[in-house]
Amino acid sequence: MTNALSTAAAELDEPRRGTGTARFLLGKLGGAIGSLLLVVALGFLLFRMIPGDPVTTLTRDRPTSPEQLAQLRARLGVDQPLLQQFLDYLGGLLRGDLGTSYGYNRPVSALIGERLGPTLLLVGTATVLAVALGLWLGVRAAWRRGSLFDRTHTGIALTLWSMPQFWLGLLLLIATQGVFPSGGMRSPDTPPEFFPQLLDIAHHLVLPCVTLLAVIYAQYMLVMRSSLLGEMNAEYLTTARAKGLREDLVRRRHAVPNALLPTVTLVFLQFGLVVSGTVTVETVFSWPGLGLLTYEALRVPDLPLLQGVFVVMAGSVIVMNLIAEVLYRVLDPRVRAQ
Amino acid sequence: MGAAVAAAALVAGPFVPAAQAQQQSGTVLRVALVQEIDHLNPFLASFASSTMVGRMAWEFLTLPSAEDNTPAPGLAESWSTSPDKLTWTYKIRDGVQWSDGQPVTAKDAAYTFTRIMTDENAQEANGTYVENFESVTATDDRTLVIRTKTPQASMTALDVPIVPEHIWANQPNMTDPATDSVPVVGVGDGPFLITEYRPNELVRLKANPDYWRGRAKIDELQFISYKNSEAAVNALRNNEVDFVNRLTSTQFDTLKNAEGITTNQAIGRRYREIIVNHGAQTQSRQPIGDGNPVLKDVRVRQAIARALDPQTLVDKVLGGYGQTGGGIVPASFPAYHWEPAANERYTFDPAAANAQLDQAGYPRGADGTRIGPDGKPIELRLLGRASEDFAQRASDYVVSWLGAVGIKVTKQLVSDNEVDERTNNGTYDLAFSGWGTSPDPDYILSKQTCAALPAVAGSSSSTAFFCDPEFDRLYAAESTEFDPATRAGFVKQAQARYYSQVPSIVLDYDNVLEAYRSDNFASFTKQPAGTGQIMEQSGYWGFYGATPAEGGSSASGGPSGGAWIAIGAGIVVVLAIAGTAAGRRRKSADDQE
Repeated sequence: MTNALSTAAAELDEPRRGTGTARFLLGKLGGAIGSLLLVVALGFLLFRMIPGDPVTTLTRDRPTSPEQLAQLRARLGVDQPLLQQFLDYLGGLLRGDLGTSYGYNRPVSALIGERLGPTLLLVGTATVLAVALGLWLGVRAAWRRGSLFDRTHTGIALTLWSMPQFWLGLLLLIATQGVFPSGGMRSPDTPPEFFPQLLDIAHHLVLPCVTLLAVIYAQYMLVMRSSLLGEMNAEYLTTARAKGLREDLVRRRHAVPNALLPTVTLVFLQFGLVVSGTVTVETVFSWPGLGLLTYEALRVPDLPLLQGVFVVMAGSVIVMNLIAEVLYRVLDPRVRAQ
Repeated sequence: MGAAVAAAALVAGPFVPAAQAQQQSGTVLRVALVQEIDHLNPFLASFASSTMVGRMAWEFLTLPSAEDNTPAPGLAESWSTSPDKLTWTYKIRDGVQWSDGQPVTAKDAAYTFTRIMTDENAQEANGTYVENFESVTATDDRTLVIRTKTPQASMTALDVPIVPEHIWANQPNMTDPATDSVPVVGVGDGPFLITEYRPNELVRLKANPDYWRGRAKIDELQFISYKNSEAAVNALRNNEVDFVNRLTSTQFDTLKNAEGITTNQAIGRRYREIIVNHGAQTQSRQPIGDGNPVLKDVRVRQAIARALDPQTLVDKVLGGYGQTGGGIVPASFPAYHWEPAANERYTFDPAAANAQLDQAGYPRGADGTRIGPDGKPIELRLLGRASEDFAQRASDYVVSWLGAVGIKVTKQLVSDNEVDERTNNGTYDLAFSGWGTSPDPDYILSKQTCAALPAVAGSSSSTAFFCDPEFDRLYAAESTEFDPATRAGFVKQAQARYYSQVPSIVLDYDNVLEAYRSDNFASFTKQPAGTGQIMEQSGYWGFYGATPAEGGSSASGGPSGGAWIAIGAGIVVVLAIAGTAAGRRRKSADDQE
């Protein structure tokens, strides 16, 4: 009797867990799509609240007749009611059309597409390095809590974290005195073959990457440190030690894997934010990426371009959030069981 | 790190075929470009840096001379006008070739102007030059005839690049991005030809071997993008570029004593001003905005001019790099520049300003602020761009100077956009402003006429809402006068009239601050000779006249030797770390439980 009951419960359990995962995924996906819609709507309204009429911005310094102004308004679609403009924008968005930039007179999606590669290279490299450095330092610092190593590195990380990126970048630029290029992504005269180009880009990448790295690694280090500290009094570590394991094995095989979870999610959460946070670094080093595009769009101001960049950046944060939440569930069985 | 290299490889991959095989040969002049490029298409290019690139690639009919900005022959070797001044005939130079071998003829010039007149999309950059054109025709390969609707004195200053008809006639849509690509913009007849364009990175030009004035002394000209002027200065110091312009006074001062670097301080072509809202109105004379009515009194405007001290602003805010102003044509154009006589000048004199305001009937109230005709204290708003260092610092001086004569001023530093919007709509009292001028004074004077008043509130056109019959009369006389001396006389009288009415107060002409590697380049051609600027001229003289230095280190592109060593060292360190980590991993694997 007891046996039959437990079998029934087990049978009941299986399908329920399946729908649980599906429901979880659907729920998260729905939430992400909802947020994305909200972002699009918010972005649309936000950029229409900025003072200044786009038509007068475009005709600055040029004598214009009322007919010309009306024509321009019609071409840009700003003579339509706000709701109609929003629906048009939404329709375009679904077809992958982000509108046409005022300043460049080219599709916004093409402009963003061109700049995405350099930004992903910069952010990707900096994130990989920052994660590696942050985790390594965080583990060391936690394991020897209160030591000189811990105090120095926590101090350095916090100092760099609070430093203005613009200033740090300029400081590095001037301090390295010509060892690395002052700006850009490629030199004009590098041979077109693959390897020289690769080295040339790597050479240009060093300073912006180090600047970004210096500012973002601190959070990985601090999260890793605190989550490892949380694990350090756990009884399974005492068990491991009682088995006679060497201290570094206890750390590496038992404590660190358990403490890694919050950091992994943080990596994904932050990746989305870093893409938008490259504006200053890219401006200092003239790195031809999304951040620089945003800076240029702000100066005009180029509303369709700003709006497009805003949607892409906010979208990347939402997608990364989604990945982090799903990943957390995959990585941690305890979350899945709930 | 492996991931980083892999990522670099992934991203670099697609770029590699795009990079042209450009083997380094001969002398390269590398110019830092701190302003972005909007278009290379000369019909659309409106940013200063883009028009500068266009100047190198396409010749003009005529252009301002390097010596003194007077009209000099370009494609047109001579020109003449009919007695009624309505028909202009240009004799086109023989034997000039496009870089693809086709001859340059009058038909190309006729095509260029006609395209601007008939294609709305082609008017963006140079539409104003053809507004008064009746027709443009090539009567034969060597003769271009332009008929204008009314006499136009600026016909020898048409700043329009002439493009090849056989290339551009194939481009029906002017806004097509293909019109910015090298196959289209690469065909030219100027001193340099565009050979590579990487948006936001680089524009590369090669010396045109068949250029009619003779091949340039340098082989290649590169405009390299820097979005940050500090980085550009750093690049000059490190010999990554040879030329930097648009320097701040601080940057200029530090470069003055740098080894291997020469600085150039030139009288600029811009004037800086405070515009005074003396009654903003539309073309149909409808008042717009909410300017303080007290500014309609010319005596108040003159008193304000007397209460300000532009020399202090030049010394303290511009670090000495500017000339105090007179007329709206800067001192860099001596033929048309006007300075008030000593007895007409509004010199800094608070006592005289006070006396004039007393006399005009604006007594001081209890707190020392003067009372307007409406019985309220006179309070003015001073508008400026928060993004601009000059407005930030100069506004404090202006507030205290005008406070001293009993006019209360509140400064309003706002976004660029808001400044544009409010100056267009007349919702300001005083505002910092400024204009760049061209060698021919017609355009800047036309901006001050009644005809330039906005058609409706908000459409930008006039600079200071000035509308004065006497000024308009002098402007009309100037724009239809063909004797240079008489015309200059009218231009100066018009400026004198403007000065006496004070629709704006010209503060100064900012200096243009430039610096170059004098260990690589011995000299450049300045415009005007001796005191002028090198980059962003009205012409191509500066870089066309670049002379390499004797034994100068010919520019080497890519990373320097030291850089290669640094990269090598970096790779070694990474490999060492990776090796150690792998070793330790293996060791600990042996220790496994």
